[in-house]
Amino acid sequence: MRVFPMPFHSLLLFVVWLLLNNSVSAGHIVLAAFFAIAIPLFVNGMRDEHPKILKPWRAFRYVLMVMRDILVANIEVAWLIIRPIKHLEPGFVAVPINIRSDLGITILASTVSLTPGTVSAEISKDKQWLYVHALHLEGEADLIHLIKTRYEAPLKEIFGC
Amino acid sequence: MPLYLEIIICVLLLIGGVFLLLGSYGLARLPDIFTRLHSPTKASTLGITGVLLSSMVFHSYQNGSLSVNELLITLFLLITAPVAAYMIAKTAIHHETPPLDKTKNAHLVSKIRDRQAPKENDEA
Repeated sequence: MRVFPMPFHSLLLFVVWLLLNNSVSAGHIVLAAFFAIAIPLFVNGMRDEHPKILKPWRAFRYVLMVMRDILVANIEVAWLIIRPIKHLEPGFVAVPINIRSDLGITILASTVSLTPGTVSAEISKDKQWLYVHALHLEGEADLIHLIKTRYEAPLKEIFGC
Repeated sequence: MPLYLEIIICVLLLIGGVFLLLGSYGLARLPDIFTRLHSPTKASTLGITGVLLSSMVFHSYQNGSLSVNELLITLFLLITAPVAAYMIAKTAIHHETPPLDKTKNAHLVSKIRDRQAPKENDEA
């Protein structure tokens, strides 16, 4: 049995434990090292295969872009909440998706929930369609185009699938 | 504590507070469950981020060292909020909670419930 079956996760656990406790004292380092070694040994067997991040720099830019979009979307939604409700035009939209990996779809669905005034509701069984609820649906085609070009295309580039 | 730090903390707290208030207000005001989903997933994430950032600045100054666990809390929130919203939407659809009358494409709800494609298998 290897000591570090999941080296990246071990590092992540180690760092997160120290960050959560806001300390680098000897006791916490020992505890963090214990978790970093013990938890991967337990969960290694439950792992699914995920595609690798092919373009880390592109992924970093994607995260920054999503953070900026979250800010904009928050302000937009806040404005929609204050406005008279009779102007609100909610609606469901089916967005065709081309990403095949589960991880890619999960990240896309989460991004869609956090950003452009939409919440993802369900994914069709064949993983071809992402169902989305929009708080204020103005142009259905525009929304689909936005999701596909702004969020899906970079994700496909990052994971190469 | 220097004045400029107090101003930064106050502004962050105010932004956070305003967005949290709007998020809660939206939760009470919006008409159906699907539109209500939007206010906790969006307005509240920004609100809590604002409050946590001000806490980070305050504690970094008080302890004399950078306090980063607030950033972690924000990250966990950003990861979990969409999942919670997704589960609530799914539950609402399976309980056949009716969406608002003027909801566009309301016919998609039955497709969503069975996880079908929107156009194929159109034998209803």
